[in-house]
Amino acid sequence: MKISYFPGCTLKTMAKDFEDSALASASCLGIELVELPRWNCCGTVYSLTSDDLIHQVAPIRNLIRVKEQEDNRVVTLCSMCYHTLKRANKLVREDREKLDKLNNLMYREDVKYDGEIEVLHLLEILKNEVSFNQIAKKVKIPLKELKVAPYYGCLLLRPPEIGLDDAENPTILKDFLESIGAEVIDYPYQTECCASYHTVVNVDLVVERAHDILSSAINQGAEAIVLSCPLCGFNLDNRQKEIKEKFSDFKGIPVFYFTQLLALSLGLDEKVCGFELNFVDPRHLLKSKHLTGRV
Amino acid sequence: MSRIGVFVCHCGLNIAGTVDVEKAARLMSNYPGVIYASDYVYMCSDPGQDMIKEVVKEKKLDGIVVAACSPTMHEITFRNTVASIGLNPYRCEIANIREQCSWVHQDNKEIATEKAVQIIEATVEKLKLDKSLVPLSIPITKKALVIGGGIAGIQASLDIADSGYEVVLVEKNQSIGGHMLQLSETFPTLDCPQCIATPRMVQVGQHPKIKLLAYSEVEEVSGYVGNFKVKIRRKVSFVDWDKCTGCGLCIEKCPVKVLSEFDEFLAKRKAIYTLFPQAVPNKPVIDSNNCLYFTKGKCRACEKNCSVKAINFEQKDSFIEEDVGAIIVATGYDLMDKAEIGEYGYGKYEDVIDGLQAERVLAPAGPTNGIPYRPSDGKIPKEVVFIQCVGSRDPEHYYPYCSKVCCMYTIKQAMLYKHAVPDGQAYVFYMDIRCNGKGYEEFLQRGIEEDRILYIRGRVSKVFKDGDKIEVWGADTLTGRKIEISADMVVLAMAMVPSQGVKKLAEKLRLATDEYGFLTEAHPKLRPVESLTAGCFLAGAAQAPKDIPEAVAQASGAASKVLSLFSQDVFYHEPIIGSVDEEVCVGCGNCVNICAYDAVELDLVTKVAKVNPALCEGCGACSAACPSGAMQQNNFGKRQIFEMVDAFTKG
Repeated sequence: MKISYFPGCTLKTMAKDFEDSALASASCLGIELVELPRWNCCGTVYSLTSDDLIHQVAPIRNLIRVKEQEDNRVVTLCSMCYHTLKRANKLVREDREKLDKLNNLMYREDVKYDGEIEVLHLLEILKNEVSFNQIAKKVKIPLKELKVAPYYGCLLLRPPEIGLDDAENPTILKDFLESIGAEVIDYPYQTECCASYHTVVNVDLVVERAHDILSSAINQGAEAIVLSCPLCGFNLDNRQKEIKEKFSDFKGIPVFYFTQLLALSLGLDEKVCGFELNFVDPRHLLKSKHLTGRV
Repeated sequence: MSRIGVFVCHCGLNIAGTVDVEKAARLMSNYPGVIYASDYVYMCSDPGQDMIKEVVKEKKLDGIVVAACSPTMHEITFRNTVASIGLNPYRCEIANIREQCSWVHQDNKEIATEKAVQIIEATVEKLKLDKSLVPLSIPITKKALVIGGGIAGIQASLDIADSGYEVVLVEKNQSIGGHMLQLSETFPTLDCPQCIATPRMVQVGQHPKIKLLAYSEVEEVSGYVGNFKVKIRRKVSFVDWDKCTGCGLCIEKCPVKVLSEFDEFLAKRKAIYTLFPQAVPNKPVIDSNNCLYFTKGKCRACEKNCSVKAINFEQKDSFIEEDVGAIIVATGYDLMDKAEIGEYGYGKYEDVIDGLQAERVLAPAGPTNGIPYRPSDGKIPKEVVFIQCVGSRDPEHYYPYCSKVCCMYTIKQAMLYKHAVPDGQAYVFYMDIRCNGKGYEEFLQRGIEEDRILYIRGRVSKVFKDGDKIEVWGADTLTGRKIEISADMVVLAMAMVPSQGVKKLAEKLRLATDEYGFLTEAHPKLRPVESLTAGCFLAGAAQAPKDIPEAVAQASGAASKVLSLFSQDVFYHEPIIGSVDEEVCVGCGNCVNICAYDAVELDLVTKVAKVNPALCEGCGACSAACPSGAMQQNNFGKRQIFEMVDAFTKG
């Protein structure tokens, strides 16, 4: 199965480990993620101002790129890209007038957008098209004894009309992690916001929130956090440096992209997982569970 | 030739300010068939009515048209006026020249006058063909059926029975009492609901005029006001209640324990059980889903220990039929399904309970004797959070309406909790506090001032378990701050919904329900206890969320409606109903299909339509649907309508 793939900026830089592990795992599961030519920034933050159409140009132009590939679906990895593209798509599907204006703003494009592209997250492909049962059958190294805490953050789930699962009680990450053999920890903070872009100007706020989220997971027995958003990843992983400065008893916990664990469980070369890019090095943990160095 | 009189009312300036009433009367006096016409300032006043009477006698009139306000206002007045001097009341017609003329044409006197004259002329044409009708008299079976044995049903039954009429009270559970018996105390007086309800229950059980059918359900209803036929299913209890003495030995000896519905799943009951010690009737039933004999084919401990041999494992459902003249529906409420509300963790955390569970936790006769132990570990909670409007007033997700009783019972529960645990803290998250009853606001102030209940205005966003605490996150919208409370127990004031199965019952009784399943009253202000089906009345929370005093008041209201129906030997029904010309009817059945009241049927022998006059409400749908003109409404015949149309279009 071939499907257009929109990477977004972080996937090429800070979250290269996310992209590499995702592409390798997808290919192992029979999905070819074909990177869009000439993709641009997703728009980053969905603009809530109703007359601020210029902010919708970026996401819609990406959907035009998908149309140019004669595909009708595009898959993303980053939660924020997913959110921005899907929400912009919903806006123009429901407001013909805005869609016309946007097409006029992009008059130099060869094709006009008509709301026909479906925006999907890789998790949805794994769940609905591959199915978690099939993944479970292909797992070579079940992540037995690895206690993981799924972290959804907000952008995968909210607002509910574009979320990929129940906004209050999501289970998609849990179901996925169970299919690759991990032991999933339940904790109440899995849908709390990580403080997002406050990380630029208000590090203290991020440190406090991240500390609460991580501590809650640790208290429930989690050995690692699993997520799908590079920004959440930055706040929960890289900010552990500042968390330790502020909370001296904080021990630290590795943070994975879900595709890193998928690649690992499928028995792919450890290199595609890019563990060296994780701020809190998970390799010791994985080794202690006999999950690395086996292939 | 008709001898018709026309009386044009000024209605002060309501009509005369726009319509030239004198001119109208003058023009009408020359109209064919009209032998007298005049105007007067207030026709509905006593002198106005006296004038009509005198003229009718003097001129020997055979019909009158009163040109005045809408017939919904004074038609009955003028019909009674003419009836008092021997003229058939259906020979009096109202021409509405106020609502349909003067009020809507205030800017053009001339056109208004012209239109008023046309309206009067059309009405005269109708009157010329009006028949002298006689109201139908229908015999009444003076026995009432009350469905539901909660406090509303109990009250209605006693009111009717005390007046000397027979009552059949049908209750689906094995005892009457309803939700009121589950409650801890009652607001705003904190008196014990069992103490005030059980005497009423005993009265019902002992009353010679009340036939109590507990553990029974209404299966079929047919007939009409005064003459309903009801089939009632007596559910199988596996106990011969006639033999059973209610000694309770069977219950004591039963080895099976299951969660008790009456205790809202916070305590256990046996597989053979009564609801509570003061049950009326105090007879047990066997729960065949859990009984060892029914599940595994052994045990029969109850049978062995019953000295009067009342246990009968072979028993089957039985049916009885009753003829009744009126029906009161008092089927009450349930709380909404809690599993729907994900963010509050009901069903996930044992210590998140609903309003009725809180009643059982706080009830002196409850599973913990009124000491508020929390369900998970039996510890006394030191911090309790009450969340109001869970599901209510939430049009986006659940129900838009206010459940009305939750503000009050939350105060009561928080107060009872504080009385039991003086060093504990009760928090209440609220949107608005609605204390609009006698003594209610004072009760709230007492809770806040004396019992130090902490009220926080805002919603709760999340409830989750952290260790053995229940964390509650919410907002205080008055200060704009985020609130985080580590609580031991959380109580959700869930929305009230109509009790299960009401929709089906409503279909059997042809009662209307609103989109949430509450029964619809005939008029929200002026006919609040009647349904639109003649002879069916509503009481209690089946109609809308209500507290005990309101439910009891409405029940007495419904009972008095039944009594006024029973006070006459026959019931008079408007004769303005459909009637069939059997010579013309081809038996196509259009009228049968369109009738909303099941009042028309095809005669099996003659194959023509037949109207049941007692059921017909005179809506006219059948007459409009009839392709051959065989079905016509009395005094609204097709010829009358055409004559009226001609009068309007002749100019």
